[in-house]
Amino acid sequence: MIRLTMLAATAIATLSALAGPATAQDMVIVNAKLATGDGSAPIDQGAVVIDDGKVVYAGPQSGVGSFETDTVIDVAGQWVTPGIFASATTLGLWDVGAVSDSNDAAASSSDFGAALDVAPALNPSSQHVAVSRASGVTRASVYSRPTGSIFGGQGAVVDLGADANMVSKPRAFQMVALGEYGARIAGGSRTATYVELANALREAREIAGGRRVPEDSRLTRQDAEALAAVLSGEQSLYIVVNRASDIRQVLALRSDYPRIRMVLVGAAEGWMVAETIAAADVPVITDPMQDLPGSFESLAATQSNVGRMVDAGVKVAIGTLDGGTGEQPRNAAQFAGNLVSLQRVPRANGLTWGEAFAAISSVPAEIAGFGGLLGVLAPGATADVVIWDGDPLEVSSAAVKVFIDGIEQPLTNHQTRLRDRYLDLDESDLPKAYDW
Amino acid sequence: MRYRAFAILGGAIALAACSTDGGNGAVKSASSADAAAEADAPFPSTYSAYPGTPTALVGATVYDGAGNVIPGGTVLFSGGKVEAVGLNLATDGYAVVDGSGKFVTPGIIDIHSHLGDYPSPSVDAHSDGNEATSPTTPEVWAEHSVWPQDPGFSRAMANGGVTSLQILPGSANLMGGRSATLKNVPSRTVQGMKFPGAPYGFKMACGENPKRVYGGRGRMPSTRMGNFAVNRQTWLDAKVYAEGDREKRDLAKETLAGVLDGDILVHNHCYRADEMALVMDMAKEMGYKVSAFHHAVESYKIGDLLRENDVCSAIWADWYGFKMESYDGIPENGAFLWKAGACVVIHSDDANGIQRLNQEAAKAQAAGKRVGMDIPDAEVIRWITLNPAKAMGIDEQTGSLETGKMADVVLWNGDPLSVYSRPEKVWVDGALLYDANDPKRRAVSDFELGQPGEGDVK
Repeated sequence: MIRLTMLAATAIATLSALAGPATAQDMVIVNAKLATGDGSAPIDQGAVVIDDGKVVYAGPQSGVGSFETDTVIDVAGQWVTPGIFASATTLGLWDVGAVSDSNDAAASSSDFGAALDVAPALNPSSQHVAVSRASGVTRASVYSRPTGSIFGGQGAVVDLGADANMVSKPRAFQMVALGEYGARIAGGSRTATYVELANALREAREIAGGRRVPEDSRLTRQDAEALAAVLSGEQSLYIVVNRASDIRQVLALRSDYPRIRMVLVGAAEGWMVAETIAAADVPVITDPMQDLPGSFESLAATQSNVGRMVDAGVKVAIGTLDGGTGEQPRNAAQFAGNLVSLQRVPRANGLTWGEAFAAISSVPAEIAGFGGLLGVLAPGATADVVIWDGDPLEVSSAAVKVFIDGIEQPLTNHQTRLRDRYLDLDESDLPKAYDW
Repeated sequence: MRYRAFAILGGAIALAACSTDGGNGAVKSASSADAAAEADAPFPSTYSAYPGTPTALVGATVYDGAGNVIPGGTVLFSGGKVEAVGLNLATDGYAVVDGSGKFVTPGIIDIHSHLGDYPSPSVDAHSDGNEATSPTTPEVWAEHSVWPQDPGFSRAMANGGVTSLQILPGSANLMGGRSATLKNVPSRTVQGMKFPGAPYGFKMACGENPKRVYGGRGRMPSTRMGNFAVNRQTWLDAKVYAEGDREKRDLAKETLAGVLDGDILVHNHCYRADEMALVMDMAKEMGYKVSAFHHAVESYKIGDLLRENDVCSAIWADWYGFKMESYDGIPENGAFLWKAGACVVIHSDDANGIQRLNQEAAKAQAAGKRVGMDIPDAEVIRWITLNPAKAMGIDEQTGSLETGKMADVVLWNGDPLSVYSRPEKVWVDGALLYDANDPKRRAVSDFELGQPGEGDVK
């Protein structure tokens, strides 16, 4: 292989097509329309330097400096971004939503709640992982849905690489459902939810401190131990809540539990209390397209929710796209693009392109505890890089190359195989079953 | 039915309509004769157009819905009707709207909606889309379930440019009942929304939903073969009725006879290719026609059959995997159908999805382009305008910008096939019912009055 010294503004050529190496390789991507994910606007003539699975440089090509590499990828003006970070998904937990045997998204009959842990249930070979990966999603947070308990269990941060290990960080966060959903679990009223929550945290604290034995507790030992990590701030607590009054109530809990690192999930009426959320420095994960009063806790839902919260200083990630319907992780970019469109709708509040892309890259990574390491192209960050055939927020665009940890990923899956088989309907020689 | 697994965000699992629960006969279009007949029918439409100003949209890129594009075109409408579409038309006497840099399409049409029969808020008391007490309920009519105050209608117009839509019963039943075809016009009554002269649709459903719902209760059907047996026997009984004197009123058989007569159009929820092929043969056996398969995630496997049988596929751009029979959904479905010469319709089945049918159509187009199928933009617009109008039997009145048709028109602030574009103005029968630049020119339902978010942008 030719060794090339990359110098600023030197002539660039593609020296080798990437053949899907199994290990991270050093490389330089040049002539990129580069968006680094940090909220800034994309730049032309950008370059990304990658070494040993990490980003060494991302910025104007003129600033690359000297770097030795086997591989220079000239993308000829195509878009290059960090991979999309999909927040609050169920990727890897199910194959078919309505086929319960294949679906580990919730454990409705379990005796356990907070102790449940998605990590051992994750299946990196799930088609939804492969389909999302092919659409430029490289990382995700995966939650366990509360059903039998208001506590869903411990979620993980994952990568979508085509390899055996999906877990970037196990037991990264706990999820608890308040609002209408939590109330139904807790006993039919929000009143029950708050007692349930307070009791659980109290028992967990006392058990952790040796002041209570699990046998005298409503919590199981395992659930109590899991919640200790929430109380200490080791794990963040994802709180499903939507109504403005519920959000205020949740934020008030911070005085009782100052070390809990809260993340609001849902927050359909968050814009009504945006200043309060911002002052509390609590981030939000939300589906930005929810603009219907689907329930009495989301009467004020609007697509301007995200824009208004961001304007108030709230850190907001697009997420909770967890199904096979319109709310798929692969549609996160489309949803972000919609927030850009709102900038041109009178009285609506949208995001700039840079802000919108950050809402599916650096911001969710920061909320997941990987600020500066994931969801961004900057020195020291993990080399999750996507090359696109157009503006990644535009519905007509697609990922053409996806790197995770600097390793180029396969983009094939069940869907692409079906696509290839049915490109034509010719069965003149053999049935379609032989076309593979 | 939506599978929003967690109502993490919504509150409860929305058991709406079709993707989990769930056609057209010899297609007859609405006509003045039909309208006259409808006046004698129960629950007649009371809709009439609201006043409008003679308007000239000038300088926009015009997609006429029939597959044509007119760059820098002019669209003239007056008296609720399209008067002319072309280049350099005289605009004297018209209020001129500058469309430079903007785009014009016919009003968007959703062939598959549950607005009104699964309205927001999606509380149990509003669950009116599935009469899931018998596998065949041809006697029920969706219009008797539609709540005109569903706030979703206004979102569909403001964000999606939707001016006409078909409200279907759900798919719990093999035969779910009659659909309601509506103009997207706020009204105190459903009669005030009913599309004048539109034929009724008839909802049928294949596959998992009926057999699950009734098999789970220990009654027929519990299998796909049971589905067909119940369907065929029901049709045979209906044929006896239809061939008789029809004097005894029988609401179920009147609907089925209407299908056999070709007056009521079958809209058949069906996912799998093999089942669609069986349904088309069943239709031949019994003497009716399927107007459209809905959801139809596997239509791409039988584009040739669908073309030969002249059956539309009303599809999502990319939904898949939420249930077993949706596992083989691919984003190229629409493009492959188009290439096979079959009819493509992009539908929503979703109160959020109906707000971006234009984006979904663009995704389906782009998936095709990546495998070498260059589908013209104007053709893609047809998937959400004239094609659904045809499958609903209202294409003589709306669905394209042609002289004499209803002035159902959307002015977009950019290319409707871009994520960055939104409706700027929407006219229904020439009446301006949404204007992004006028805070008051947007519908606010009774339900929203005095509540948080009243009159907000949505």
